[in-house]
Amino acid sequence: MIWDPYHECMDVEQRRELQAGRLRDTVARLSANVPFYREQFKQAGVRPEDITSIDVLQQLPFTVKDHLRDNYPFGLFASPLDEVVRVHASSGTTGKPTVVGYTSADIDLWSEVMARSIGCSGGTPQDILHVSYGYGLFTGGLGLHYGGERMGCTVLPMSAGNTERQLMMMKDLGSTILACTPSYALTLADVAEEIGMEPDDLCLKSGIFGAEPWSEGSRAQVERKLGLSAHDIYGLSEIIGPGVSNECEYKGAMHIFDDHFIPEIINPQTGEPVEDGQPGELVVTCITKSCLPLIRYRTRDISSLDRRPCECGRTHPKNGRITGRTDDMLIIRGVNVFPSQVEHVLLGIEEAEPHYQLVIRREGHLDVLEIQVEVSQELFSDTVRRLEEVAAKISHAIRNALNVSAEVKLVEPKTIERSLGKAVRVIDLRSEE
Amino acid sequence: MSEALTKQVSVFLENKSGRLAEVCQTLGDNGVNIRALCIADTSDFGILRMIVDAPDVAANCLREHGFSVGETSVLPVEIPDVPGGLGNVLALLHHVNVEYMYAFFTTVEGNAVVVFRVADDQVQQVIDALQANDVRILPAEDVYAL
Repeated sequence: MIWDPYHECMDVEQRRELQAGRLRDTVARLSANVPFYREQFKQAGVRPEDITSIDVLQQLPFTVKDHLRDNYPFGLFASPLDEVVRVHASSGTTGKPTVVGYTSADIDLWSEVMARSIGCSGGTPQDILHVSYGYGLFTGGLGLHYGGERMGCTVLPMSAGNTERQLMMMKDLGSTILACTPSYALTLADVAEEIGMEPDDLCLKSGIFGAEPWSEGSRAQVERKLGLSAHDIYGLSEIIGPGVSNECEYKGAMHIFDDHFIPEIINPQTGEPVEDGQPGELVVTCITKSCLPLIRYRTRDISSLDRRPCECGRTHPKNGRITGRTDDMLIIRGVNVFPSQVEHVLLGIEEAEPHYQLVIRREGHLDVLEIQVEVSQELFSDTVRRLEEVAAKISHAIRNALNVSAEVKLVEPKTIERSLGKAVRVIDLRSEE
Repeated sequence: MSEALTKQVSVFLENKSGRLAEVCQTLGDNGVNIRALCIADTSDFGILRMIVDAPDVAANCLREHGFSVGETSVLPVEIPDVPGGLGNVLALLHHVNVEYMYAFFTTVEGNAVVVFRVADDQVQQVIDALQANDVRILPAEDVYAL
């Protein structure tokens, strides 16, 4: 269902005017309340009254993750702490986490965009929403939870883990929508298979999967094994959490709710805009948030923009599947490699499972890429020759697609760790040597 | 004819310590006895091929333990346990592509038993060639009972 037809199907010109007014208000608030932004806008020579059209956005400077670190924990908050009702934090893989705050107006906004996302995924107030995202500082669990309640769904706050119990509850309570990371959806599907549960034993009709990159191949697997229609959701805690964009029934890309979050795609090296449809770094500007309205925030996610009208009736532009991170990009012997490219190649080879891991090490002065691929029941053969042919086929396909050679190592099923949170696809040993 | 063929169970093994032991332990725990085996190995992985007394039980319990398991039809052939015995039989099969072969631990009435794996489309040809020369192929039930 379309949760908010007025805003989601608004005339594009009318929305541009709405955006300009909201951006002007946000810039005025930031100038008044946040010393960092006051200085940024001064240096760029932009005053709130200069924002007469949304095109002025491109004159504003970027915000990057280091700005959040430099102002840790609350330095970029535009609201006083007594108005802040919630804090979330993103996992800091290096150093301090990134802390984000929400006023009650922000929680209200988040609930609205999450209700839109659930609606995009086919949700209605009649649904039973099974939330297996982690609850806590991570935005996934509570984001889906509040959105589900806003829509009027029956929300099951499962959080992640205890997979067999999740499946039992899913079956007994008749969950109709599953929300979790795509890798956990695969885990649920694997365990369901192990304990002899069939898709028909469950009432699932759709899935809302995000928080990590995944592929069309994973989508097909999850859809087949769990008997649902899988939808991609996008978000990041710096912007609000999940609910920045979500796939509608036509899929392929996610409607980005640009009456709140304005998207741009730039060349990560030059900062210049790239044409619609071309890949680049997604940049998002918050124009309705109270506590942390980041301006031109560089997400470091690689995506693309599609502004063509969508058959679903929503007039929001769409951002394509996240195909990688500007900082996940591996440079192997001088060649840029995204782990998602490897997954794509493996899916093109029918014997291969999308369970893989990249191990990069340095031998002498040379980078060596090893791709570990699990030998599924289907891939297995009792002759060495056939198995070596499969490994060679993968290696050849990787070389063609990535322009870098790889050693393919076949490993036993289930030896690559299935994580409850984000899948560990890359082990880079070069820095340790 | 194919129902009478002996079923071989094969398992994918990474070259890591303890993997072979785990396979054998699993079979032992399920009361499966190994009658013949061979391992084909490369620097990264190995394939364990076995004739056991209960191939279906073996395949199922190994799959439950997360191993990738295959079941393949093979020909257990009786070979006179004398110098030149194997050579004479192989001479009958000079036109066949034997993918691999390995021997049983025990003898049957003084004869050795060697397991042959040939391409599926050559199985009948091998059976005909051996039978025409009075070389015996053991029926599956006799093999499992060895």
